[in-house]
Amino acid sequence: MRYLPLTDTDRQDMLSVIGATSIDDLFVDVPAEARLSDKIAGLPDHASELAVERHMAALARQNLSAGEAPFFLGAGAYKHHVPASVDHLIQRGEFLTAYTPYQPEIAQGTLQVLFEFQTQVARLLGCDVANASMYDGSTACWEAIVMARRITKRGKAVLSSGLHPHYVSVANTMAKFTGDALAHEAPTLEAATDIDALIAGIDKDTSCVVVQYPDILGRIADLTPLADAAHAVGALLVAVVTEPVALGAIKAPGHMGADIVVGEGQSIGVGLQFGGPYLGLFACKQKYVRQMPGRLCGETVDAAGKRGFVLTLSTREQHIRREKATSNICTNSGLCALAFSIHMTLLGERGLRELANLNHGLAVQAADRLAKVPGVTLVNDSFFNEFTLILSKDARDVVRTLADKGVLAGVSLGRLFPTAPQIGNGLVVAVTETVTAEDIEALAQALEEELA
Amino acid sequence: MTMLNEGRPTSPQPVKDAHMSPATATGNRALMLEEALIFEIGSTETTGVDFAPAPKVASRLGNLARTDAIGLPGLSEPETVRHYTRLSRQNYAIDLGLFPLGSCTMKHNPRLNEKVARMPGFADLHPLAPQSTVQGALGVINELAVWLIKLTGMHGVAMTPKAGAHGELCGLLCIRAALEARGDARQVVLVPESAHGTNPATAAFCGYKVEDIPATPEGRVDLAALKARLGPDVAAVMITNPNTCGLFERDMKTISDAVHAAGAFVYCDGANFNAIVGRVRPGDLGVDAMHINLHKTFSTPHGGGGPGSGPVVLSEALSPFGPLPYTARMADGTIHLIEEENVGEEMPQSFGRMSAFHGQMGMFTRALAYILSHGADGLRQVAEDAVLNANYILRSLDDVLDAPFGGSGPCMHEALFSDKGLADGFTTLDIAKGLIDEGFHPMTMYFPLVVHGAMLVEPTETESKAALDQFIMALRSLAERAKAGDEALKGAPYHAPRRRLDETLAARKPILTWTDLALAQAAE
Repeated sequence: MRYLPLTDTDRQDMLSVIGATSIDDLFVDVPAEARLSDKIAGLPDHASELAVERHMAALARQNLSAGEAPFFLGAGAYKHHVPASVDHLIQRGEFLTAYTPYQPEIAQGTLQVLFEFQTQVARLLGCDVANASMYDGSTACWEAIVMARRITKRGKAVLSSGLHPHYVSVANTMAKFTGDALAHEAPTLEAATDIDALIAGIDKDTSCVVVQYPDILGRIADLTPLADAAHAVGALLVAVVTEPVALGAIKAPGHMGADIVVGEGQSIGVGLQFGGPYLGLFACKQKYVRQMPGRLCGETVDAAGKRGFVLTLSTREQHIRREKATSNICTNSGLCALAFSIHMTLLGERGLRELANLNHGLAVQAADRLAKVPGVTLVNDSFFNEFTLILSKDARDVVRTLADKGVLAGVSLGRLFPTAPQIGNGLVVAVTETVTAEDIEALAQALEEELA
Repeated sequence: MTMLNEGRPTSPQPVKDAHMSPATATGNRALMLEEALIFEIGSTETTGVDFAPAPKVASRLGNLARTDAIGLPGLSEPETVRHYTRLSRQNYAIDLGLFPLGSCTMKHNPRLNEKVARMPGFADLHPLAPQSTVQGALGVINELAVWLIKLTGMHGVAMTPKAGAHGELCGLLCIRAALEARGDARQVVLVPESAHGTNPATAAFCGYKVEDIPATPEGRVDLAALKARLGPDVAAVMITNPNTCGLFERDMKTISDAVHAAGAFVYCDGANFNAIVGRVRPGDLGVDAMHINLHKTFSTPHGGGGPGSGPVVLSEALSPFGPLPYTARMADGTIHLIEEENVGEEMPQSFGRMSAFHGQMGMFTRALAYILSHGADGLRQVAEDAVLNANYILRSLDDVLDAPFGGSGPCMHEALFSDKGLADGFTTLDIAKGLIDEGFHPMTMYFPLVVHGAMLVEPTETESKAALDQFIMALRSLAERAKAGDEALKGAPYHAPRRRLDETLAARKPILTWTDLALAQAAE
């Protein structure tokens, strides 16, 4: 019981101060039929640190980690190298074990980081303001749709076929209960994105158009015509970025007219972690700031006139407004935001651009090599570090077979879009700075074997 | 690297007051160091990362190359380490001392959990990796799920919610899906005053009309008022138990029976499960859905605001409606991840997906390590010590601080005081800021709303008697000063990195991002 400091003598002394004879006296308000008289059966007793570590290590060994194999998975989560100092710094107890900064005088460390984070995110996404982070990209995407409804007082959102299908699923789940109408179809395996179709789908009932950039197939399109078409009828453009490293190389959505830009920040500083915790990015134009969900850190001064930071505009939040709150978000991904911010500070603009160029260059090399494999066709004209291949057979089977051979080949469109069999031969391949020339060759040869 | 002296001041103005003199030239005071923003000390040409050169290839960025300046300052590695280390020293944290935020719960964060979460076999896994390559990770989810089900006496668990409020949403979505499956379009959710403040927002977000149920003078749900309101339009009752007054809802079983008889469901906010884990199973009290904040009950670090994790345990009636994806152990021992691709016939009633991937895996590994470290015997001791510590604080201070529900029975995990009896003009805020000077993080202030000037103290089970005694001494001294009208208390804190911050100014004129004032003025 190494985490419990009280001794039996302490417990007796404390009970006598309280005026109780036994610990059971403190549980008298629990109905007798629900009071457990002994520990719950079928569960083991406490274990030493060594025993727990062994148990967890045994479970960890049953996994093939990304670093152990040629690795090409993306589709909303990316493997990037995270400098050692990032993890070292976030493990400082003063960051790691702090709570939400409700007492700003003794939480300036966290608050200043959030202020710096908000500024970094706003600049990266090309927006005026950003919040202190959301759960992840998919929940941020849904919150953007809700925010657009609040601003426009309209209830129809048009979702690009290139939006991550899990983000669409999250929106569909929530829309069932809020009454929003969502228009969405599965993508087609073509080089062109669906910008024209999206423009055609906008009408006077549309609250927003939601477009992913680069999209789920890795394609990149100029969002300006889409923004113009949305604005012409009073709708908003919501852009979704699942690979923020891309914005070191390609134009920011906010600079192409997007009103709200959300994203998944996992790529910078956070790591794969089998899906979570991740980092929702959320930014918008200044005029919408009071409609923005989530926590915000703001600059102010203290009683002595010194600059300091506080959580602010909390009157939008649920613990104050109860049923009139702007969203259900009640926390942020503070530690992930810290990791993002440290990694971004280490990169700086120069490092981010170098990283983005390296990703793009390796991806171009990989796309050219893989397109030469018999039975493989490259879909994309444009891409950043992720592109789509059409294979001569169902990509789900290929992914499983290659995994058995120790090559993690990518994400099959059949897994992502199980109800769209016409794209089942599509394979989304991501190439980051962690991929070597040998890895690319290993994937190419494994595909050659499998598709022969 | 340049200092942008034309912008915001890069070093604070020396302050000349009784508590800060003599002023220093830098604004630093020995180990209390001021730290400028990265935008003031970094430059866009500086980087702390070296990369291999990019291959020389023709760009395929679709004519969308970013040519404008982004405005992201960089620092070298040593400058980065120093910047964040200095900032960290301006934070109070559980590693420094007691963090008695009631209903938020900060307890010791064991470092074994951090070590485990960073094992490459967990940390370096892609959420869409082929299932054959992630059996151990799915095993962690499954093993934790089994513990949560057994500890709560429930039937199933939804692991994906990413925080407590997200878990509330999940529970209500299950309830709504279950009602719709039987063709029952109920519109009202009842929320007692003693429940968490997030509950009404969650119900409203799911499209429900929210109605309050009053609290009794004792600080519990008014059973008669609740029973009178139940009817065919009520979908659910959302109860927090133990409640936000720190009390156990004695009538919980009676309430559940009445709610079920009316065809509705019981949602329990399980944020305070740490007070009863191992001693009470919510399933035995008739609960249909309850979220568990892993960071509270099972000690995953909160990192200055998150991440959280809010698995939801479900009754047999609600289990078929839980979210995708989820894990299922097959007869051959393999664990399958059930998602859209393979959901098949066995769970066609799932309400769908509520986040992109499987939830907070990094929190699951930490929580499981914590649970295994304690075991069934230790978890029971956790609840006992948490409750003992809270009652010790309540009884050690109820002679100097008003304890509004001190006569309502033992408190559970947290002790509630009020500002009644302080001298005119002295408030809960003054006590809180005074605690900072005494070296403690303040308690939760002004919550729950049912008590004027509430002070909610939750010590948790990982505090020693010596730490509690020191905290009691500090709070006793502050209460006595506030009763005696000691004006100096209104200026606290004096010994923190900042004095009282102007929160009104921040809200009235929000400055949410850094702008270089000199550049902004030049552009005008």
